[in-house]
Amino acid sequence: MAVAIVDYGMGNLHSVSKAVERLGYTSLVTADAAAILAADSVILPGVGAFGDAMEHLRESGMDVVVRAAAEAGQPVLGICLGMQLLFSSSEEHGEHKGLELLPGSVVRFAPRDGYKVPHMGWNKLSFLQPESPLLKGLTEGHVYFVHSYHALAAADSDLLAVTDYGHPVTAVVGRGNVYGMQFHPEKSGELGIQLLGNFLQLQAQQA
Amino acid sequence: MLAKRIIPCLDVKDGRVVKGVNFVNLRDAGDPVELAALYDREGADELVFLDISASVEGRATMIEVVRQTAGEIAIPFTVGGGISTPEDMKRILRAGADKIGINTAAVNNPQLILEGARHFGSQCIVLAMDAKYNEAWGEWEVYTHGGRKPTGIRALTWAKEAERLGAGEILLTSMDADGTKDGFDLKLTAAVCDLLSIPVIASGGAGRIEHFYDVFTEGKADAGLAATIFHYKEIAIHDLKADLKQRGVEIR
Repeated sequence: MAVAIVDYGMGNLHSVSKAVERLGYTSLVTADAAAILAADSVILPGVGAFGDAMEHLRESGMDVVVRAAAEAGQPVLGICLGMQLLFSSSEEHGEHKGLELLPGSVVRFAPRDGYKVPHMGWNKLSFLQPESPLLKGLTEGHVYFVHSYHALAAADSDLLAVTDYGHPVTAVVGRGNVYGMQFHPEKSGELGIQLLGNFLQLQAQQA
Repeated sequence: MLAKRIIPCLDVKDGRVVKGVNFVNLRDAGDPVELAALYDREGADELVFLDISASVEGRATMIEVVRQTAGEIAIPFTVGGGISTPEDMKRILRAGADKIGINTAAVNNPQLILEGARHFGSQCIVLAMDAKYNEAWGEWEVYTHGGRKPTGIRALTWAKEAERLGAGEILLTSMDADGTKDGFDLKLTAAVCDLLSIPVIASGGAGRIEHFYDVFTEGKADAGLAATIFHYKEIAIHDLKADLKQRGVEIR
């Protein structure tokens, strides 16, 4: 069972890769199209700015590869910025097109009293669709967020879990075989590892 | 609503934990990686490593500790000590740390905060500050070089400046409270928290569970950091969090 972690020069992939290995899977940090398309599942990580990330994805051809993996039915998981990239567009430093696997846009947190930006730290998940394969069997708890922009899913049916930061914030999304987590599951203690474990199990169910 | 964070701090020299570690259930109590993994299991929300190595070899060893720790734990961690250039920051972050702590180097060269934030994002840059009450001023003064050198800089002024330059967080150590176990410096902590809109980690003086409750309420801190009381198991993190939760503090 090999898990491809897409390496497109954005962020540190070591922690994600190790978390995957601790769960008993083989992880492959790669920018090789054939390896990604042959993997049992695909993780799109990401830290940094949306526009830079999309540019890196396009330059490396990884945008086409990730879309192809999603269309071929491989389980795909975007983490943090990687989740935001799954959406149609972002307004981070100008208007940018995303991978368009999920309808919706990414916007900056509006300033509010008592809510600092970035939204950084441990916040509690509320499961909207507890029967989703990603959330099944798990108990709502805290996970670790670091972000200044958040995704507005156009379809309520894509929203699996939210967290409260003055208003409901998109935390877990899913449509078919495409999933996303705004927080860092690899930095979110036991619950984070369980969430990652549920995602990695999808491949077994589909195989 | 963000949870208040409990953060153990590990002093590491030449790849070994040096200060007050007294664990019976570890194979090697001096191994920072093993200790970090234990704290993760016990419910710590984050960790801070302070590298007090003086040699180039010691610093190189720290990179390896960071790399191994990143592979072992599932909570964020900050690395501080001897970081004075964006290249230093890059090495530590590349090895898998989530945040960088800077102290003396930032006082000497405040642009380091700006550069770090620009390259890696504000969320990566933790300004560590050692402050001591100055009677003549009637407010707190910043000390550098591990608390040995007074700077003539007012702590509140420096905190505000660090935030303006792009620091994502302040790790605030009260030199007056540090080591006393009489509780965090609530006045200093609240003064800094009132002034800033970035999170503040309070450090120095924790001796009992109530001290954390006080610093999260009266002190308005976002996180509480301690070393010896956790290392010596005077307070078990699990008990501390259960107690705080019972008192209505938002805790993971």
